[in-house]
Amino acid sequence: MSDMQSQDYVRRSATTMTPPKARSHEDQVAKLIDVSRCIGCKACQSACMEWNNLRPEIGHFEGSYENPMDLGPSVWTLMKFAEYENEQGNLEWLIRKDGCMHCEDPGCLKACPAPGAIVQYANGIVDFISDKCIGCGYCVKGCPFDIPRISKTDHKSYKCTLCSDRVAVGLEPACVKACPTGAIMFGSKTDMTNWAGERIEDLKSRGFAKAGLYDPPEVGGTHVMYVLHHADKPSLYSGLPDKPRISPVVELWKGIIKPLAVIGIAMAAVGAFFHWTTIGPNEVTEADEAEADRVLREKEEEST
Amino acid sequence: MTRPANAITRYTTLNRVNHWINAGLFILLVLSGLSMFHPILFFLSGLFGGGQWARAAHPWFGVLLVISWIGMIIQFWRANLPSKDDIAWSKEIVHVITNDDEHVPPIGRNNSGQKLVFWSMTLLIPVLFVTGLLIWEVYFGEATSIPVQRAAVLIHSLAAICAILVWVVHVYAAIWIRDSVRSMTQGYVTPGWAWHHHRKWFYQLAASRRVSKTTPRKNP
Ligand code: SF4
Ligand code: SF4
Ligand code: SF4
Repeated sequence: MSDMQSQDYVRRSATTMTPPKARSHEDQVAKLIDVSRCIGCKACQSACMEWNNLRPEIGHFEGSYENPMDLGPSVWTLMKFAEYENEQGNLEWLIRKDGCMHCEDPGCLKACPAPGAIVQYANGIVDFISDKCIGCGYCVKGCPFDIPRISKTDHKSYKCTLCSDRVAVGLEPACVKACPTGAIMFGSKTDMTNWAGERIEDLKSRGFAKAGLYDPPEVGGTHVMYVLHHADKPSLYSGLPDKPRISPVVELWKGIIKPLAVIGIAMAAVGAFFHWTTIGPNEVTEADEAEADRVLREKEEEST
Repeated sequence: MTRPANAITRYTTLNRVNHWINAGLFILLVLSGLSMFHPILFFLSGLFGGGQWARAAHPWFGVLLVISWIGMIIQFWRANLPSKDDIAWSKEIVHVITNDDEHVPPIGRNNSGQKLVFWSMTLLIPVLFVTGLLIWEVYFGEATSIPVQRAAVLIHSLAAICAILVWVVHVYAAIWIRDSVRSMTQGYVTPGWAWHHHRKWFYQLAASRRVSKTTPRKNP
């Protein structure tokens, strides 16, 4: 959302040069969402709207606690409610705060064609720099978590910024501040991982043998992590991907074809130029004209 | 240059107008499309007033191109039907490329290379159109699932690269075979040109007396 010069880029979309790295020895940050402590009050959802001045259109009741039903250009985080019947036949209400995961290897950034429209700061936050966004929707195809949403009014892509503006001045994200149960924590990635370890131990002692941390290595880890009671089955939590990865189709498109095609087209043009300079043009000679003339005369004589 | 008395009409006014509308749209599509394809070409979006404009205009150019290409198909499909001569001609492709025309078998109105350009575009343009619709964020962003869009964008870029390569061949061939460009700008070729490059076509015209040595034809 914002272009904060106080935070250095380590990655920048559609850029062939590496951003300067000299000042990027920053602590990696992470937001830890402890699903087992969430009561689904949506304080975080409101806080996000409040801090970021987002006012999604008022919708309709769809028969679910989920409201609205999907993320949107003005809905950057959304509580998702899933009812799960466990092996004992008991109902478990799995409530997950959905939003951008701030991937260490962000697929959105890889797919984006506009230079600098998506950046990653040295602290790991992935941010959309809206004034550079061209509204193509490639980030939607690049993201393994189905997060970015393109606005129909200004044709820009939006998602959670991890409150990069707050973090830059040493504040915690708005959703973290608002959470009444401490289910959302924010700090350095190491601290958050350690804290998650304690929570997981506690959950295991209370019978959740498969409790664990969701920090998927397929995308290099994420800067938003979950503590899950059923870490072996993330998809129980309203379709959290079990093995999120940047689609091989996107990798093929952006990784191999992109450079090869430009080289291929350039080679074709260069090849054509050298054909011209070595073999040269194919010209019609006087002899051709004379020959054609002779044929035409013959035909004319035939027909008269 | 004034049209010589014995000129042979190769492309009618309608042929030419349609062709150049097509060419203009294709170039606009290539420039705006490439700007969204590789960062080193992003500067091309400046020609359209910036990235947002390039992104917004590109699909509309595409829609117009499809309409224009339908016109091209109607006018040129017949001349591009494959014939027996194509095999013989293709076998001598090395002689074609090296300007060794002595060893190139005579062909009709279009040679196999020209036919290949025509049919490649006739195949690629619909592929580009359909995949382009699927990734047209403004109108069809929610019409299909994300995996479908990923496949569409990949196919769209591959088809576009093929089309650009075909186009490079087409443009260079027009420059290489001298006076081809004039046939598409002013519409005519000389009898010697037709005799040299499309001898069977030339004989057809001579036989049907559609070209005459003495009476100049009117400019169509
Ligand atoms: S979750 Fe999606 S939008 Fe967020 S950083 Fe990862 S790829 Fe980008
Ligand atoms: S829509 Fe997404 S991919 Fe396209 S320019 Fe904007 S941020 Fe980049
Ligand atoms: S980190 Fe900020 S932008 Fe992201 S969900 Fe929380 S409040 Fe919203």
